[in-house]
Amino acid sequence: MSFDFPLIWNSLPDLLGRGLVLTIQLTLLSVLAGLCLAVPLGILRASHNPWISKSIYIYTYVFRGTPLLIQLFLIYYGLGQFHWIKSTFLWDFLREGFWCCLIAFTLNTAAYTTEILRGAIQNVSHGEVEAARAIGMPRFTVLRRIILPQAFRIMLPAYSNEVVLMLQATSIASLVTLLELTGVARVIIARTFAPYELFITIALIYLALTYGIIWLFKKWEQHLMRHLGERPADAPAEGALVTR
Amino acid sequence: MFDLKGYGHLLFEGALVTIEVAICAMIVAIALGLIGAAGKLSKNPVAHFFANTYTIVIRGVPELVLLLLIYFGGTVLLQTVAGQLFGREEPIDINNFVAGVLVIGFVYGAFATEVFRGAFQSIPKGQIEAAMACGMSKGQVFWRIKLPQVWRFAIPGLGNVWLVLLKATAIISVIGLPELTRQSTIVMNPTRKPFTVFLIAAALYLIMTAVSDVFRHRFERRAALGIRRI
Repeated sequence: MSFDFPLIWNSLPDLLGRGLVLTIQLTLLSVLAGLCLAVPLGILRASHNPWISKSIYIYTYVFRGTPLLIQLFLIYYGLGQFHWIKSTFLWDFLREGFWCCLIAFTLNTAAYTTEILRGAIQNVSHGEVEAARAIGMPRFTVLRRIILPQAFRIMLPAYSNEVVLMLQATSIASLVTLLELTGVARVIIARTFAPYELFITIALIYLALTYGIIWLFKKWEQHLMRHLGERPADAPAEGALVTR
Repeated sequence: MFDLKGYGHLLFEGALVTIEVAICAMIVAIALGLIGAAGKLSKNPVAHFFANTYTIVIRGVPELVLLLLIYFGGTVLLQTVAGQLFGREEPIDINNFVAGVLVIGFVYGAFATEVFRGAFQSIPKGQIEAAMACGMSKGQVFWRIKLPQVWRFAIPGLGNVWLVLLKATAIISVIGLPELTRQSTIVMNPTRKPFTVFLIAAALYLIMTAVSDVFRHRFERRAALGIRRI
């Protein structure tokens, strides 16, 4: 058995030019949209009112308790069951794999990020919050100036893990016919029947992306923590695997 | 809305296959996790290198890509080997249950490696020194002191790995194994009720998660029996 290097070389324009671009687009858009959703949800989830907190928990529990693939199929195949949706403008979006993926990925990552943010908010030091209240800061200002910036710093290591998992999750977009990295590779394999060459190539691309993201977050974390000087970090060790 | 025209039982059969795959994969993952942790904690640089490469690669590559690589790549590899060695020409099929179990087990073995590594490191050093001082061999220390205690520290982490693993079995549907997700995609066509079908599938997954959660709490409490609480 031989390894077909010219084939890899000839596939690179498609893999990088189309596949990689779509993979990055899907990851960035869903992670950003998910974060926008997760900030208000995480604040409400950390609320002391059990009714508010519990109702957000139902959302995060359902989305964290079912496979992302099922969530994606529910949107991609499922919504067609309702004929009234087909007659609205929404259908222009919902019949396209790209938007279905974006919706499913966003709702999924928002659920995980909400719980990460809740954990971080609950770990913000009470003293600082009390101090801010004592000098008469309004609640919203305390949230904006004290709680959120600190929570963000605390959640960064866990959040970088979530972003990495989201990047890898975009590979299932290929199952609803999107031509992202995995999808492009599968199309080329169907033509050339060279699964080794292509899958190993994209595996290396994903590997590079993953460690690129981890490196960027590490730099960002160091930037945010610079005021703390030399102190042992209690973040997971480099390259450590963490489940969500 | 919930009338599935007699196809409903396929979903339940799929759920059973999902549970079977998940349990088998978890056993593989625990075995690999113990080996991986031994490698990571070993002073042997070769074992250390392999264990580290294992976790680094698994973290960086999506499960779907690994599944496709091993399933389709493995088929091509076996066929080439069979063709060259034995002159066999007919196509070879890898059993998709075995392939699914191995891939999911292999991926989550890396996560279990990290769990066990942490757990082994949490065992108080004094106990190991005491055992050595009594004259126990390295093997005896492992079987009598480390292994019985490592579960106590590993169970919360392993519970987490199980919950993620259970959901990850959904991607095995890609290679045609009739587990819950695959059965749902089969049932949605004749019933023409994709939303209902996937909603039921989601509910079944949720039930599995919830039941696992109950067991996890019970195991955690059991593992912590006899430990002084401060």
